[in-house]
Amino acid sequence: MSRHRIPGRGRVDAGRPVQFTFDGRSYDGLQGDTLASALLSHGVHLMGRSFKYHRPRGPVTAGSEEPNALVGTSRGPGRTEPNTRATVQELRHGLVAESQNRWPTLSFDAGAVNDALSPLFSAGFYYKTFMWPRNFWDKVYEPVIRRAAGLGRAPTEEDPDIYASRYAHTDVLVVGAGPSGIAAALAAARAGASVTLADEGTEIGGSLLSDPGVEIDGSPAWDWLEDRAAELRDLGVTLLTRTTAIGYYHQNFLGLVERLTDHLDEIPHGAPRERMWRLRAARVVLAQGALERPLVFDGNDRPGVMLAGAAQTYLNRYGVAVGERAVVVTSHDSAYYAAFDLADAGIAVPAIIDTRAEIRPDLASEARLRAIEVLSGHTVTATSGRLCVASVTANPVTGGEVGEGRQLRCDCLLVSGGWTPSLHLFSHTKASLSWDAEAGTFLPDRSLEDLHLAGAGRGLWGYAASLSDGAEAGAAAAHALGHAAQATGLLVARDRIGTGITHGQLPTHRAPSRVRAFVDYQNDVTAKDIKLAVSEGMRSIEHVKRYTTTGMATDQGKLSNLNALAIAADALGTTPPQVGLTTFRPPYTPTTFATFAGYHRGAAFEVTRRTPIDGWAEENGAVWEPVGQWRRARHFPQGDEDMDAAVDRECRAVRAGVGIFDASTLGKIDVTGPDAATFMNRMYTNAWTKLAPGRCRYGLLLGEDGYVRDDGVVGRMAEDRFHVTTTTGGAARVLTMMEDYLQTEWPDLDVWLTSTTEHWAVVALNGPRARDVLAPLVEGLDISGEAFPMMSVAECTVAGFPARLFRLSFTGELGYEINVPARHGRALWEALMAAGADHGITPYGTEAMHVLRAEKGFIIVGQDTDGTVTPEDLGLGWTIGKTKEDFVGMRSLSRPDLVARGRKQFVGLLTADGAVRLEEGAQIVDDPDQPLPMRMIGHVTSSYNSAALGRSIALAVVENGRERMGETVHIPMPEGNVEATIAPGVFYDPDGGRAKL
Amino acid sequence: MLLIHCPYCDETLPEMEFAYAGEAHVARPVDPSRTTDEEWRDHLFVRSNTRGPHAERWRHVHGCARFFNAVRDTVTDRVLATYPAGSPRPDLPGKDTP
Ligand SMILES: [Zn+2]
Repeated sequence: MSRHRIPGRGRVDAGRPVQFTFDGRSYDGLQGDTLASALLSHGVHLMGRSFKYHRPRGPVTAGSEEPNALVGTSRGPGRTEPNTRATVQELRHGLVAESQNRWPTLSFDAGAVNDALSPLFSAGFYYKTFMWPRNFWDKVYEPVIRRAAGLGRAPTEEDPDIYASRYAHTDVLVVGAGPSGIAAALAAARAGASVTLADEGTEIGGSLLSDPGVEIDGSPAWDWLEDRAAELRDLGVTLLTRTTAIGYYHQNFLGLVERLTDHLDEIPHGAPRERMWRLRAARVVLAQGALERPLVFDGNDRPGVMLAGAAQTYLNRYGVAVGERAVVVTSHDSAYYAAFDLADAGIAVPAIIDTRAEIRPDLASEARLRAIEVLSGHTVTATSGRLCVASVTANPVTGGEVGEGRQLRCDCLLVSGGWTPSLHLFSHTKASLSWDAEAGTFLPDRSLEDLHLAGAGRGLWGYAASLSDGAEAGAAAAHALGHAAQATGLLVARDRIGTGITHGQLPTHRAPSRVRAFVDYQNDVTAKDIKLAVSEGMRSIEHVKRYTTTGMATDQGKLSNLNALAIAADALGTTPPQVGLTTFRPPYTPTTFATFAGYHRGAAFEVTRRTPIDGWAEENGAVWEPVGQWRRARHFPQGDEDMDAAVDRECRAVRAGVGIFDASTLGKIDVTGPDAATFMNRMYTNAWTKLAPGRCRYGLLLGEDGYVRDDGVVGRMAEDRFHVTTTTGGAARVLTMMEDYLQTEWPDLDVWLTSTTEHWAVVALNGPRARDVLAPLVEGLDISGEAFPMMSVAECTVAGFPARLFRLSFTGELGYEINVPARHGRALWEALMAAGADHGITPYGTEAMHVLRAEKGFIIVGQDTDGTVTPEDLGLGWTIGKTKEDFVGMRSLSRPDLVARGRKQFVGLLTADGAVRLEEGAQIVDDPDQPLPMRMIGHVTSSYNSAALGRSIALAVVENGRERMGETVHIPMPEGNVEATIAPGVFYDPDGGRAKL
Repeated sequence: MLLIHCPYCDETLPEMEFAYAGEAHVARPVDPSRTTDEEWRDHLFVRSNTRGPHAERWRHVHGCARFFNAVRDTVTDRVLATYPAGSPRPDLPGKDTP
C-alpha cells in the first residue's frame, strides 16, 4: 500500500493493483484510480511545468477542468496524446505518462529561468516585444519562443485508431449524472419518455461519489446510487458514461464524445477509441453542476495547493490523502466539509482560514470538535516551498487593513473561493446570463432552446435542493412532451448545505510588484497582469483576455474566468457585468481531432469520382491529378519519362497522328421541352433559335454580373432537346444556376433539366488520322468531311454501341467526341485503341490537353478566367447573339466599368528566351525598375512548353493587351526579371484549317 | 444544425440537406435593358442585410431540389417560416428577438 493511501476508503479496488510509469519511473496504483490519484497516493504532487514561466505545478482539481496536471500519454506508435489531464486519465495497466514542458527533468527545469525573467513576460508582452524590429522576430523571438513555449508535443505518426460516429435521437437528453441529473433522468423516464443520460465521468454519481456520508431516502449515498443505476437500466435509459457533451448547437443538437478504450488495459481488436454522438433531443436538461473557484493570492500555484473539493474527492473517491498536514483557506462553507472529512480520516488539519468574518455556528463547533482552529476574517499573503508548499501565511483583515501575518506549516493547502455554475453548454446556445451580485457569479437567464437547468448548474447548493430541482426539471421535460410526469421528493439526511462569498484578489499588505498571485494557471497569468492590462487601457474583458491570454489555455478558463473578471472589475472600479463575460465556445473540453473526422479519413476523406475508363488508365500507368472530386489521368509516362517528356510525346502524337482522351468528366446537362430553345437563349450569350438539329455551337454562360461563369459545346439533338456540356468542375454549379432561373424567374417555361454527366462516357479522338481510326467503327452515319463537317452532332452506332457523335475540336486538330452510355465506355475505349493501333493511336492526359488547347488560345474557365472577366475581355464577343433582347448577364455588359478602357484583356505571351517558362499566376509590369510596390498590369494565366512550337508559350490577361501586340512587358520573379512580348493568343494554326480537314 | 421545413416535401429536415441561396423577393427585372445603371446595380448587389427576420431563399438540394423561401431571424438564427417560391412573404406575429 502506498504511503498516502488510506485503507478502506474510496471506490478503488485494493485487490487489483495497476502498474504504470511516470517520467520513466514505475509506480503502482489501483483499479479505479486516475493517473493523478495514483501519483498522489505516492506523494507525487509535481506533475508538470507551467506554459510561460515553467513553474512547478501539481493538480489543483480532480476533474476535467484541470489546468496544471497535463501529461503526455502513450500506448505505442501513433498512440501518443499530449496534454492529457492526469485528473481524468484512468489508470490502465502499462500506462506510460510523461510530464511536459520541462527540460531536462521535471524537478530541475532550465526553462524556469523564464520565471526569474518574469518582468519581461508581462501582459501584452507579445504585442509589445514583437512589433519591432522585424528581422528580430524571424531570427530571434520566434525560434526561441517556439522552442520554449507550447504544451506537449504533437504526435508525429499517423493515428492508427478507429474513431466512430453515430447519429441519435432521444426525447430527453440529460447532461450530467450528478444528483440532479440522475433525478431528472428518473423523473423523465418514469413518465415514459426515452431518456439519454450522459456524464464525462466513469460512473454516475457526480459529487455524491465524493460525499459518501450523505443519506438519501434512508440509504447511504453510494447504495442509493447503485439502486438508481439499476433502475435507470430497467427503465431503458441510455446511459453514456465517459461521454462529454462538447457542444450545444441549434435546436437541441448536441455533440457528445464517448471515450471507449483509453481506460482499457488491452484494446479489443477493431474497437473504436472514441465515438462522436450527434444527438438531437426534444428536450435537454443541463445538470452540469458547478466548478470550484480558486482564490488568488501570492504563491497560490505551488504544488500542494489544491481546491478543497478536489482534496475531498481524492480522499473519499480514491482513498488518497493529498497530504499529512492540510491547512484550508476558504470563502465558502463547502471547504469545511472537506476539512472535516480529512480530519476524520486522520489527516492533521491545524487551521481553516476563512476570509469571512462571520462563521456559521454549527460549522464552527464542528471545527472545534476536531481541534481545527478557525481564523475568521483572515487573508493569505504568502506561501513557501519549492517543489511543494511548506507553509502559508495568514493575516487578519480589520477595517480593510491587513495585519501581521502568522506562518502555518503545511504540506498541502486546500482552497475554496466558492462555486461557479457550469454554464458552458447553456452559453453555446447564445443564451443570456444574469449577474447574481450576492453569489458573485453568473446565473442562467434565457435561452431559445427547449431546455431545462437543474441543480448546482443554476446556482443551487445542497443535495436536497439539487435532487428535487433535478426531479422537477425531468418531470417538466417529460410533461412538455405530453407525458404525465411527477417529481417525487426525496429525504436527504446529513446534507451539506452552504453559502459563500467571492473575491478577486485576496487583500495583501505586500508591495504589488512582489506578489505572484496566479489567476490562469495554465497560461501563467497573474492578478498583476490583469491590472496592468486595465491600466494600459483595456476596458472589456474580451480585450483583457487577448492582452493577457487569460482564459485562452486548453481549459478555456474554467477556473480563472470569474477571478479575472472580478480583478478587472475591481481595477476598473465597476461591476463584473459591466466588464462583460467572454463567450464560451465548443468544445467544452479538449477533443481529439480524429473524433471530429470520424470515418472521414484516408481514402474515405471524400469521394473520388472515377470515369468508366479509369480502370484502363490505372492499368496503363496513368499519373493522376484531382479535378474537383474527379481523378483524371494527367499523363501516361512510358519507360522512365518524366512529365515534360510524356506530355511532349503525347502532344506530338495528336498533332502528327491521332490521340485518344477520356473526356467523360465533362459536365453534361440535357435541356428538353417545348421551351428549350427559349431557355437556352435566356441562359447563354449565344443565339440558339437558328441552330439546326444536328449542329452544335460553343456556348458561353455568364453570371448576371456579366462575368464568364462557364463554357462548353452545346449540341442540338432535336428541336426540343439540347445536349449541353459544361466544364468538369462547373457541372453542378451550372445545373444549379439553370434550375434557379427556371424555378424562380421563369417558372412559365416548359423545360426539363437533367444531369447526364454520369450517363455518358466520352472519348475524344484528335489528330489528322482521327477519322481513319473512327470511320470503320461507325454505323448509320457518313462521317466524311462533307457529310459530317465541323460542329456537327448525330446519333449513330460506334463499335456496336449507341452513340452521340460530336465533331468538334479542343486541340485544333480534326476531332470527334464519342458519347456512349457509361457502361460501354471502357469497351469503346478499347475498341478505339485496337482500331487505332496501326495508326499509332496515343492516349493523352489532361496536361497534354491543356497544352494543345493553349496552343490554340482556347480558354479554360477558372484558369484563364477568375470571375472578373467578360466575354469582350476574352475576345469572345462573337459568342454574343447580336439580336438578342436579353440573356443572363447581358445588361451588365453595358455597365460603365465593363465598357471602360483599361480592362485586362486575354492575350498570348512569348518570353524573350523560349527556354524560359513563365510561372502561372506571375504578375506582369511595364517597368521592372519602378520603385516598390510596382504597378501590376496583369498576370500569367496559363504557361507551358509547346512541342509544336519548340518553345514556351503563355496566356495572360494584360491591361489593353489587344492594342499592345508586339510590345514588351516584364515579369519580375525572385530569380530575376523575365522579358516577354505580347502576342496573339492563337499560337498554332491561326487559320484553323487543321480542324476542318 | 438547423431544422428546416421544406414546404414542398412538407417535412422538417436537417440543414445539411439544404443550401442557402441569398435574399428572397429580389425579382429579376422583366426587361433588364430598360433599367438604369443604378437600378441594375441595386438589383445585382444591394441587399437588405437585415438584423432580425430576414426573407431568404433556400434550396432542398439533397431532397426535392426545389427552391423555396424562408423567414429566418438573423439574430437568433431560427427559421420562423418557410413558403413556396413565388408566394408572398407571410405576416408573422411581431416577435421581438432577445
Ligand atoms: Zn423538399
